[in-house]
Amino acid sequence: MEKVYSRTTGIREDMVNGFCPGCMHSTIIKLIGEVLDEMDIMDKAVGVLGIGCCGLHMEYMTYDNTTAPHGRACAVATGIKRANPDSLVYTYQGDGDFASIGLGESVSAANRGENITVIFVNNGIYGMTGGQMAPTTLFGMKASTAPKGRIAEEHGYPMHMCEILNQLTAPAYLERTSCNTPANVMKTKKAIRKAFENQLNGKGFSMVEIISNCPTNWGVEPLDSLTFIEEKMLPEYPLGVIRDK
Amino acid sequence: MAKVEIRSESCKSCQYCVKFCPKGVLAVGDKVNAKGYEYVVPVKMDACIGCSICARMCPDAAIEVYK
Ligand SMILES: Cc1ncc(C[n+]2csc(CCOP(=O)(O)OP(=O)(O)O)c2C)c(N)n1
Ligand code: SF4
Ligand code: SF4
Ligand code: SF4
Ligand SMILES: [Mg+2]
Repeated sequence: MEKVYSRTTGIREDMVNGFCPGCMHSTIIKLIGEVLDEMDIMDKAVGVLGIGCCGLHMEYMTYDNTTAPHGRACAVATGIKRANPDSLVYTYQGDGDFASIGLGESVSAANRGENITVIFVNNGIYGMTGGQMAPTTLFGMKASTAPKGRIAEEHGYPMHMCEILNQLTAPAYLERTSCNTPANVMKTKKAIRKAFENQLNGKGFSMVEIISNCPTNWGVEPLDSLTFIEEKMLPEYPLGVIRDK
Repeated sequence: MAKVEIRSESCKSCQYCVKFCPKGVLAVGDKVNAKGYEYVVPVKMDACIGCSICARMCPDAAIEVYK
């Protein structure tokens, strides 16, 4: 028998990570590692982590990474990429990080067409800090800061970052995927690969928005979080390629 | 002939692999690992077709597949 699926070398062999059961932050960092393995570019990869549960990747990843001040990952990645153009530089940011506190840096980097890749993990909530409302929280979705759920008059509307960035001229590639089914996991991996290839080909700003979960703060079992994604998240955040130029 | 190897210490019992295995090979076992999770075990290894769906769905990279 031959080994047909191996654990990626992008995550530590000897470590159990700190993510909650079923958390797709785990799935996504695994997929990034698989893509880096397959492209054979682990030695030139640099991850720029946002603040949030993604910080738990810090010790778990086997390749170069740093952590940016909250929301500023695109600015930090800009500096790293401009100083080391041969590196593959990606940011890994939650929705609170990328679309709330970091909105200015995120939109500005996209508007400059900065030659970096953004992995934007949208779980509709601030996971790390205990389930506060994010810019992406759905209508009616309860958060610790919105016990009755999001109400448009009080909190505004869920923000669609792919569509917002699609108003800009510069971005090269914007795709929204999820990891709730085997087929969607494969599409996410393909999108990450394409976004990395774009960067190596000098195409400029690429982003993969991944509709993710937070079973802990959503207050559901991991399996039920898959249903919640399918029934609630995806109608608000439809999957697909929003831009590919 | 195909088989899966599960690192029981990495499993957090999310059951994604159990749900998506097309052959019903996997089930939550009755033993717990050091982190306190009831880890998944193969209960019908003979039925495994080596499709790797379980491994792709596993967030914690607890499954490796041989074919
Ligand atoms: C300047 C600053 N403000 C606030 C915080 C508190 N804080 C830490 S993580 C976080 C939000 C994380 O949410 P998100 O980016 O969606 O990540 P998730 O944990 O959901 O993956 C906040 C507000 C902080 N660390 N620094
Ligand atoms: S709190 Fe939510 S986002 Fe953070 S590790 Fe747990 S499930 Fe994942
Ligand atoms: S490789 Fe396929 S058949 Fe075998 S246990 Fe995994 S999902 Fe089931
Ligand atoms: S998917 Fe992985 S972590 Fe989840 S139950 Fe299966 S082996 Fe365990
Ligand atoms: Mg979040």
